Amino acid sequence: MTNKFISIEGIAKRYPGASGATTTVFENLWLSMARGEFCCVIGHSGCGKTTVLNILAGLDAPSEGVVIVDGQAISGTSLDRAVIFQSHALLPWRTVLGNVAYAVSSKWRKWDRARVKAHAQTFIDLVGLTGSEHKRPSELSGGMKQRVGIARALSITPKMMLMDEPFSALDALTRGTLQDEVRRICLETGQTAFMITHDVDEAIYLADKIFLMTNGPGAVLAEVVENPLPRDRGRTDLHRHPLYYALRNHIIDFLVTRSKTFTAETPDHDPRNVPVVHIAKPGLTIASNGDEPRQTWTPGTNPGLTA
Amino acid sequence: MTTSSLRLRAGLVSIALLAAFLGVWHLATRSTGTVATMSPEYAKLMGLTATQGKSAMPGPLDVGAKLWEHLRRPFYDNGPNDKGLGIQLGYSIARVGMGYLLAVLVAIPLGFLIGMSPLLSKALDPFIQVLKPISPLAWMPLALYTIKDSSISAIFVIFICSIWPMLLNTVFGVASVRKEWINVARTLEVGTLRRAFTVILPAAAPTILTGMRISIGIAWLVIVAAEMLVGGTGIGYFVWNEWNNLSITNVIIAILLIGVVGMLLDQILARFTRMVTFPE
Ligand SMILES: Nc1ncnc2c1ncn2[C@@H]1O[C@H](COP(=O)(O)OP(=O)(O)O)[C@@H](O)[C@H]1O
Ligand SMILES: [Mg+2]
Repeated sequence: MTNKFISIEGIAKRYPGASGATTTVFENLWLSMARGEFCCVIGHSGCGKTTVLNILAGLDAPSEGVVIVDGQAISGTSLDRAVIFQSHALLPWRTVLGNVAYAVSSKWRKWDRARVKAHAQTFIDLVGLTGSEHKRPSELSGGMKQRVGIARALSITPKMMLMDEPFSALDALTRGTLQDEVRRICLETGQTAFMITHDVDEAIYLADKIFLMTNGPGAVLAEVVENPLPRDRGRTDLHRHPLYYALRNHIIDFLVTRSKTFTAETPDHDPRNVPVVHIAKPGLTIASNGDEPRQTWTPGTNPGLTA
Repeated sequence: MTTSSLRLRAGLVSIALLAAFLGVWHLATRSTGTVATMSPEYAKLMGLTATQGKSAMPGPLDVGAKLWEHLRRPFYDNGPNDKGLGIQLGYSIARVGMGYLLAVLVAIPLGFLIGMSPLLSKALDPFIQVLKPISPLAWMPLALYTIKDSSISAIFVIFICSIWPMLLNTVFGVASVRKEWINVARTLEVGTLRRAFTVILPAAAPTILTGMRISIGIAWLVIVAAEMLVGGTGIGYFVWNEWNNLSITNVIIAILLIGVVGMLLDQILARFTRMVTFPE
């Protein structure tokens, strides 16, 4: 890998379990992302996705290993890494403008009120909340609250955005609109994004790379799936792309069966060189991290299983 | 039914209940006419109670007349045992205000420290658990002995009784601030002091104010008893003094005013609580 903007190097997370034993959520986890890349993580509940995101954010410390961002090991949180929380986490006693301005004034402490307000307003306009600046979070719909969360994260012009199932609590229509907006904003600003999702279509629409995690405890990063769809994909004609179903089936197969059996079926899995899956017509190539083709596979069969 | 009509009807029922209470009170305490024939000297000695069947308990009209007298001259001062009710209430409110303010100044910063530090929270818990259930009046002899000033001792008793609800509510409010709000501040690299003022204080404010409201109620309960003990001035002393004068009318008036002032204090704190409460 040449262009490692973010590099997670051998992290583990352990919790003290019952009677002195320790539970390992995951260990020896390696993962990297390039600058400007949009990555989604998919895995079942409890496999440790939020834990990885919190470690990336600096909200949680790994039991072992390091996270390197832009050439430097992180220690704690940073204004360079903005988080969009699943529960939006707006401060309910502040207005929309107040919530965004809080972030802005935290980043630029010397700015005067007018400058903070003007900067915050730009981002409120960007997420389409013009006119609602003086509303309190309790007066907003779920989708609007999440827009404020997005505006707050973007307003500090971070180097990367971390999103923990940001749209899972929204209805399908609102979710679609917000996906469009996040995609547009990330493409326009060249944001590096790391997003946890349960929604396979959301991952296919948004991600350049999809990380597949096996079930916990002792979860591993099983595969990195490269999205074969063009960058200028549209949400409505996604399913017409010739590789859409191959990609979708691959991910769903993983979630339905291989996420449970992967560890047992793949004893020689090397967490430092997680296979990168290229889905290409007519077949699917699994290459190692060094990009040497290891296995070619035609849609319809299952790459990880022999039977 | 609309709320306004419900309020109207509730108001009417309240007035009816008050009227019924005053009526029963009046009937129960009215004069029953001359009950016995006795020699004029004896009758003079016995007073109206015996001669005209007048009840020892004053009726609402007596109390009303006396109340009107007090309200017309609330601030007269004819020496230590004869001061206007306004002055007596003023002394009590001043003592409560001082003791309460001192308690706020101690309880809220201390509560913040304890709430933010699990170590301090565990270390101080046994002390708080033991000190909290002590009746504030039990401190009085100790206070009088060490402070040697009855008025300051009363303030100390108010301080000690109002500190616990505020302290415990501040600790609880601070310790139970939603983790996600703290995380927002952490991801924005907000320093500890700014975090305390911009996230923890507003988030815990409704809980803290609830504690302060409980405290002011307790302080107002305790001041009456404390002033009965230390004497000199205040509405509690007034009640005790009028009991010694056998002026039940004045005792009833004092009871009424204690209730009204207590309600006003509670309403003030309730208003502050509403101001800091945020809808989620
Ligand atoms: N404080 C904790 N103590 C013990 N176990 C924890 C703690 N926090 C999380 N876990 C465990 O870590 C695992 C991963 O949690 P999480 O990262 O939230 O999963 P996900 O986001 O993938 O659903 C879960 O099995 C959970 O039980
Ligand atoms: Mg999670």
